[in-house]
Formats: sequence, C-alpha cells, structure tokens
Amino acid sequence: MSSAASISELRYRDGVRAAIAVAATVWFFGASFGLVARAAGMGVLAPLVLSATTFAGSAQFALTSILGAGGGAAAAIVAAVLLNTRYAPISISVASLFRGPRLRRLVESQLIVDESWALASRGGGRFDRRLLLGAGLLLYVAWLSGTAVGVLAGDALGNPKDLGLDGAFPALFLALLVPQLRAPRAVLAALVGGAIALVLIPFTPPGTPIVAASLACLLGLRRSDA
Amino acid sequence: MSTVWLVVLVVGIATVALKATGPVLLGDRELPEPVARVAALLAPVLLSALVVTQTVGGDNELVLDARLAGVGAGAVAIAARAPLPAVVVIAALATAITRLLV
Repeated sequence: MSSAASISELRYRDGVRAAIAVAATVWFFGASFGLVARAAGMGVLAPLVLSATTFAGSAQFALTSILGAGGGAAAAIVAAVLLNTRYAPISISVASLFRGPRLRRLVESQLIVDESWALASRGGGRFDRRLLLGAGLLLYVAWLSGTAVGVLAGDALGNPKDLGLDGAFPALFLALLVPQLRAPRAVLAALVGGAIALVLIPFTPPGTPIVAASLACLLGLRRSDA
Repeated sequence: MSTVWLVVLVVGIATVALKATGPVLLGDRELPEPVARVAALLAPVLLSALVVTQTVGGDNELVLDARLAGVGAGAVAIAARAPLPAVVVIAALATAITRLLV
C-alpha cells in the first residue's frame, strides 16, 4: 500500500473519528428532539421523516416549538426554512468538494450540517471532502437513531423540562453562535437580529421574531470597511 | 393533509434543496459580492435570534424562568472554552436544578 493510498483511506475515518464526541451530543439532542416532537403531538413517523430529510437541529426544534405552541403551519415552515437558509451559503462554500453525477452530488450534499462543515474547515475558506463526508455520515446516523429512541422510548426518558433540556438548547445555539462572531460586522448583525427578535416576541406569532430578525443580514449590503 | 405532515414535507424538501444548492447548481461559481456579504451574516443573525427566542420566548410574551440560569451557566462554560457536550450538559443541569429550587 502506498503512503498516498493509506492517507486517502484514513481520512474518511479521520472525519468519523473527529466527530465522535460531537456525535454523542447530537445523538442526545436527536433523542431530545424525538421526545419533544412526540410531546408536541407530531406522532412517531413524522419526526423520523423530518430528521431523515432535514437533518438540522435548530430548524427542527424551532418548528416543533412553534407547532407545539399552536403557531400554525405557515409560521413553522417560514421559521424553519429561514433557519436553514444558511445552508445555501454553507453548501456554496464547499461546492467544489462535490464531483460526479448530479444525483450523487445531491445525495452527498445531505451530509452537510453545521458540525460536519465546521469540522471539515481547514482555514482560509478551504475544506476537506473526506472530513466533511466522514463526519457528516456519523452525525447523520447519530441524529436519526437518537430521534428513533426519543420518539419510541420518550416516556422512559422522562419530561425534557425536568432534565433542563429547554435551557440546554439556547446554550447550544449560543455555543454555535460564538465562533461566528469574529468580524465586527457579524457581532453588530447578531446584536441587531437578537434585539429585533426580543422586541417582537410579545407582539407577533411564534416564529415571526426569528423571521423578522433575518433583516439584520442586510447590514451586509454595506461595503466592508475592514 | 395534517398540519404536521405539511410542515414536515415542505421543510424537508426545502432543506434538501438548500443543502444541494452549492454542490448541484453552482459548482465552483461564486456569488455576486453583495449577495455573499448578506449571506455570510445569516448564521450569526439567525443563531442570535434563536438564542433570544429560546431563552425568554413564551406564548406571545417574554418569560423569565430557569432557562435563563441554563444559558448563563452555558455562557460561563463557553467562556471557559468547555467542549460543546460539556456546555450542553452544564446548561441542562443548571436549568433543571434552578427549576427544582425556585
């Protein structure tokens, strides 16, 4: 075996290995999602289909909380889709890693998720294909199997509020937010977006504050002064 | 079709399409500069809004409860450079304990 071959063989495994700790958290959140979705009246099959197709925790939790609060289909869809709109620029940032027929690229691109994308970053806007797909595959399995355990054994796992999970979600989002705040413009946009959401919570249907907050992205239209 | 299935199918299809945008449609082509600058801010803005709504959001009202303690403990853990799983567990514990005590 040549050293080049062994390096390329190892690197999907490197992606899997790098993602093991994160996958444990993702499994836990998948189980939490299944639990919360069941409690919100989504049944057994719908949460599994959602995890298999959407594979994005924040959007799934957001739409579940909106449905659970009686927020309606439109608010749930708009909030979840807007939350996942970041996957357009994220997928564009790694577009050059995907080759071959379009169907293959479509299937492989579903392994893009915040954590696999972050783990695959090599700095300077460069990304590693094998780290992305290796990590993404492990995280996908963790998310889906966690969801299955959550919806099926939900009662055995107890009330998510007793476990403090409703306080863990915003902390997780905060942990994912902090690494995004390197540029002053990103800090300003995050503050404006958070302020818009805060002000609108008492006055608008669930989901709307997040949708309206996205207007803060328009700060990006200003030319960079950096 | 029930509300739940409508939401699941629309969001599922939309997300599959969003994740495929770059790999399937664009390849190596770059976004126009102003669009790229707006798109780059989506993640921080949406995550920030989500932190706010998940921490103090209620049914058409602001609710200050044990979640605040969880996020506060999580923020301390993040500042101390704790790994993601630790942040999550610490925040959950702080929320659960505060709910028991208050």
